[in-house]
Order: sequence, then C-alpha cells, then structure tokens
Amino acid sequence: MVRPKTKRRETDLSVKIGRIKMKNPVMVASGTFGYGKEYEGLMDISRLGAIVTKTITNDPRSGNPPPRVVETPFGMLNSIGLENDGVDAFIEEKLPYLRKLGIPVIVSIGGEEIRDFARLAKRLNRVSGVAGLEINISCPNIRDQRRKTRSRRLFSQDKNLTFKIVKSVRRATGLTIITKLTPNVTDVAEIARAAQDGGSDALSLVNTYMGMALDISTRKPLLGNVAGGLSGPAIKPLALKAVWDVYNHVSIPIIGMGGIVEINDVLEFLICGATAVALGTTNFVYPNKSIEIIDGLKYYIKSNKLKSLKPLIGSLKT
Amino acid sequence: MRLVKAKIVSNKKVAAGRFKIRLAAPSISKAAEPGQFVMVKCSDGLDPLLRRPFSFHRIERGFFELLYQVIGRGTAALSERKKGERLDVIGPLGNGFDALSAKRYPLNAILVAGGIGVAPLLALAERLAHSVERIAFSIFIGARNKEHLLCEKDFKKLGARLYVAAEDGSKGYKGLVTDLLKKELYAKRSTLNAKVYACGPRDMLKAVADIARLKHFPCEVSLEEKMACGIGACLGCAVKTLIGHKMVCKDGPVFNAGDIIW
Ligand SMILES: Cc1cc2nc3c(=O)[nH]c(=O)nc-3n(C[C@H](O)[C@H](O)[C@H](O)COP(=O)(O)OP(=O)(O)OC[C@H]3O[C@@H](n4cnc5c(N)ncnc54)[C@H](O)[C@@H]3O)c2cc1C
Ligand SMILES: Cc1cc2nc3c(=O)[nH]c(=O)nc-3n(C[C@H](O)[C@H](O)[C@H](O)COP(=O)(O)O)c2cc1C
Ligand code: FES
Repeated sequence: MVRPKTKRRETDLSVKIGRIKMKNPVMVASGTFGYGKEYEGLMDISRLGAIVTKTITNDPRSGNPPPRVVETPFGMLNSIGLENDGVDAFIEEKLPYLRKLGIPVIVSIGGEEIRDFARLAKRLNRVSGVAGLEINISCPNIRDQRRKTRSRRLFSQDKNLTFKIVKSVRRATGLTIITKLTPNVTDVAEIARAAQDGGSDALSLVNTYMGMALDISTRKPLLGNVAGGLSGPAIKPLALKAVWDVYNHVSIPIIGMGGIVEINDVLEFLICGATAVALGTTNFVYPNKSIEIIDGLKYYIKSNKLKSLKPLIGSLKT
Repeated sequence: MRLVKAKIVSNKKVAAGRFKIRLAAPSISKAAEPGQFVMVKCSDGLDPLLRRPFSFHRIERGFFELLYQVIGRGTAALSERKKGERLDVIGPLGNGFDALSAKRYPLNAILVAGGIGVAPLLALAERLAHSVERIAFSIFIGARNKEHLLCEKDFKKLGARLYVAAEDGSKGYKGLVTDLLKKELYAKRSTLNAKVYACGPRDMLKAVADIARLKHFPCEVSLEEKMACGIGACLGCAVKTLIGHKMVCKDGPVFNAGDIIW
C-alpha cells in the first residue's frame, strides 16, 4: 500500500528489540493472531510494529479436547494446547504470506523437551523472512519429560531450565531471541534474570495466568482440559506488576502484555517499564484495535510535545 | 469478511425469549451464504467481552436478519439493543450449506431443526426455493413446547411440507423431532435424491446423522462450539473429525455429518 509522504519528520514511535527495528511498539501476541492471514481484510496488518505468530513445534500437535475457550468476567480462559501443523508446514504454508507483509515476523517456538527449542531455532535460522524467535517456555499443557507424566509444570517456572533452554537457542541462532515468561511463579524477576543470563535479547511478559471455570449444576469444568490460561482485561493489574517487578532487575527490553484494550493500557505498561507492547485477547474482539492504538500513540506524542515514547519507559514515580 | 457497524432496522421479540434482529449491512448481505454466520459485539464495552456467533436467518439485498434465543449475558444485551443504533458485526464467516450442488438434480431436501436451530435453515430454504427448480422440501421442526416452535409460517410460504414435534405434546407429534423424522422416512418407500440438512443441539444432530446414514442420504449439519475469534485465529472452536481437529468457525460451521466424530 502506498502512503503519502509526510513533509515534516513524523513523530517517532520506532523501537528496537534486540536487532529487530520496529516502526512502532505495538505488536500482536502469539496465539491471538494466527499466522496473520486470518486478519486480512479486517485491518491493515502491515502497519503493526511486529507480528508474533502462533507457537509452533517441531512436529504437528493436535491440541487439547474441546471446549477450549470460555468467557469469564472481563476475560477468557483457553486451553488450546499448542495445536499446530509443525515447523515444516509453517515454513511452507504460512511464512510466504508473512514475508510479504513487510513487517518483522517473530516466530514463537515451543516444545516438550529442552532439545526441541534449539532444533527449531536451527531450522528457522536457515529460512528468510524470520526476524526473531519468541521462546514460549510458558505455555501450560506440556509434558514433564523427567517424570513422563502430564504435569502443570512449565519450563519457565524453573530458573535453571529457563537458563538452559535460552542458552541452547542462543547457541543455535543469531536471530533476535525473546523469552516469553509465565507469571505463575513466586519470583518472576529471578526467572527473567535467568533468561537474560542465558542470552535472551528481550522478554515477553506475561503469558496467561492459570485458572478454572465450572458449571455448578453438572459440577463439570467448562474446559475440556479442566484448567486453562486466563487472559484479557481481568489480568491487566497482575501483568503490570509482573512487568514492574522485572523492569528493576534486568537490562534487556520488556514486551508488556496482558489485558491491553485501549491506548491508556499501553501507556501504563510503558510507565511500568515495557519498551513495546502486545495485544492479545483484544484482537478477537476488536481486530483493528492495534492500529487505532498506533494512531493514538502518534497523537499522544504530538499533543504532549514529546519526540518519542522513550521518556515514558519505566517512569513510574514511586 | 468485513467489519461493519450495521444499523439496527428492528429488534423484536417473536416468542418468549426469542428475538429477531434486522440489520442494514449491504456489504455483508451481498456475500452471505446460508449456513454462514456473523460475530456480533452484543454490547459496547467490555462486559461481556467476546463477540457472539449467530447464523444468518434471512439474507436479502442490503439487509440480513438473525433469529436468536436469550440464554446468557451476551444475548440478553443484544435483546436490549434499539432500532437505529449501530451494531458491530464481522461477517460473513465460515462455510455454509452446500446448497447449490443440489442444482444438478431434482432434489428432495429434508431440513431438520431443533429449537433455535431453525435460524439458519430458513435462509437455506429460501435459497433452495429460489434457485433450484422442481424442488421438493420437507422441514421437520422440533422444540420443547409449542411456544418455542418457530418459523412455521415462513416455511409454509415457501411451499415446504411441514412436520412439527413438541416434546410436551402441546402441538404436532409428541416427542423428539428425530423420532418423527425416523417415522416419516420409514413410512415412505422412495425418497429419491434426498439430502438432509440439520441444525440444533448436538444430541439431536447425532441422531439425525445416524438416521441419514442408515438411509444412505447425504447429510450436512451446522455445529456449534464456543468461539473466541470466529475467524480461525484462536483455534478455540475445535471439533473432532475423522481427519483430526477442524475449526467450527473456519472449516464449518456446516460439516458433512459423516466426517464428525460424535
Ligand atoms: C456458528 C454458530 C451459529 C449460531 N447461531 C445462532 C443463532 O442463529 N441463534 C441463536 O440464538 N444462537 C446461535 N448460536 C449460539 C449463540 O452463539 C450462543 O447462544 C450465544 O453465544 C450465547 O451467548 P450468551 O452470552 O447469551 O450466553 P453465555 O453467557 O455465553 O452462555 C450461556 C450458556 O450458553 C452456552 N453457550 C454459550 N455460547 C455457546 C455457543 N457458541 N454454543 C453453544 N452454547 C453456548 C454456555 O455454555 C452457557 O451455558 C450460534 C452458535 C454458533 C457457534
Ligand atoms: C486463545 C489464546 C491462545 C494463546 N496461544 C498462545 C501461544 O500459542 N503461545 C504463547 O506464547 N502465548 C499464547 N497465548 C497468550 C497470549 O499471547 C498473551 O500472552 C496472553 O493472552 C495475555 O495477553 P492478553 O490479556 O492481551 O490476551 C494465547 C492466548 C490466548 C487467549
Ligand atoms: S473461534 Fe477462534 S478459531 Fe474458531
């Protein structure tokens, strides 16, 4: 799409995450934007700062039994279970479209075993059109390999495993690495530091909070998998705290997410220390919201006579 | 697929807890096919948060209608929306009934509706009546009681043969619509080139699928699953099929009954 050239230097919303240059700090979160094409016709995808694709694994996964989503007060629970067609199908069928968008494509990778991550990184290293990797070590519903049982433990609930996985990916690729962390821990800053020490270029905060919903008349859970991950406006205060807690303990940039609906939510995440933000659940409700927020941020900068959003980052007055 | 702020032309109660809303949305109605659906933001604001799916009930030039049952917060909010207001809708979505492949032969269409499941079947009946010559069609409508039997007149107007069943016996056959269907189909010896289209609760659809299989009739069913996005992005609306999980919103909501693992 050809856009009219502006005469004056436009307001500068650009940010850098690792080696990825984004024209604005607004991204879409993994698992809420499919592989981009799903939103064609509903918005101008090429205006996003970056796109993070649905988490992929080495081999195809069929995901969890339905029902997989349920609405809860000001939010939703999901137990998708990382359904995807595997990395080869991604490269063949999804990447060609993503490549044409002209924005940084960050590929979210997941796995059940430590070695899965480096293998994925190596595979994606060799293809064009991938700007960076988001290591999803925070999705519920993965198998605990040591005990060979289904477990609710996540890699990113353990700082040693976090360090190990990030480091293995760092060795396997020169691509920008973002590590996505779960907030379901006692001390998220400790895990964040482990990711930084392992060589992560940035952090994504937060993945969903584990939760449940049930039907009292049948006494059955409303999700096929019993429990799932909570997202949406309901988790925003929790997510803000996670970002603030981590901001003071790391030097790498944070991508803040969790319940962002409006521009003010974005500003709150920036003030708590996020360099960029991602919209998740909101994409389902208002597919064009990320673009409206980008326009809003431009207006915000202008009307506050700022040159960029940088002065906001971590500016919380305590 | 488009996101439209459609003007509400009317939003009227048609029976206890049942409403019909008419929307002006030329770009959506132009592309809409029977069996497809829209995602509706029932209220402005964040409560309830997610959009709700509704099938096309009538498709006209410039307009479309939805027929809906109030069952929770979303549909309650929708029922309070006023004429003249704008409703945020995304559509048309999904794959509809394979109505036009019927064009090749004189068709005996058998429509089976359970409760609010009549909603998409009227759109289908109108399409069949207007595009297929020498069509014969029967509609089986079932509901808990006579108050909840909807659209009888609309189907009659199209020349459909009407069969009704009320579980409490307050009208027509007393019992399940699927029992009535079985009874009628087995009473007739020849039902040439028949095809069954069904929409309703899952148990009913399964029963219809079984009947169709035994009679060797092709059968299409419109399924429901909880949805978050409606566009294939969240992978929330999975249904089990013979070839793995399929998404109701994108691969359906209409499926060949034989492909579903019930
Ligand atoms: C493709 C599709 C087409 C549909 N077409 C129509 C239609 O034409 N007319 C109509 O009245 N309804 C239709 N529905 C069902 C309708 O979407 C739900 O009734 C509605 O989402 C309920 O919203 P609520 O907020 O009022 O209820 P909620 O508060 O969300 O839920 C109340 C109760 O309804 C159940 N429920 C919620 N959503 C669904 C759903 N998607 N499917 C089945 N049960 C659900 C919940 O389990 C709960 O018990 C359709 C559903 C799908 C998937
Ligand atoms: C339906 C759904 C699927 C998701 N799938 C993934 C996923 O595959 N990988 C991942 O890292 N996060 C996934 N997430 C988490 C989101 O990326 C995001 O971290 C979380 O939803 C919080 O943001 P939000 O409140 O804005 O939605 C998913 C979230 C939802 C709602
Ligand atoms: S509702 Fe999101 S994929 Fe079907």
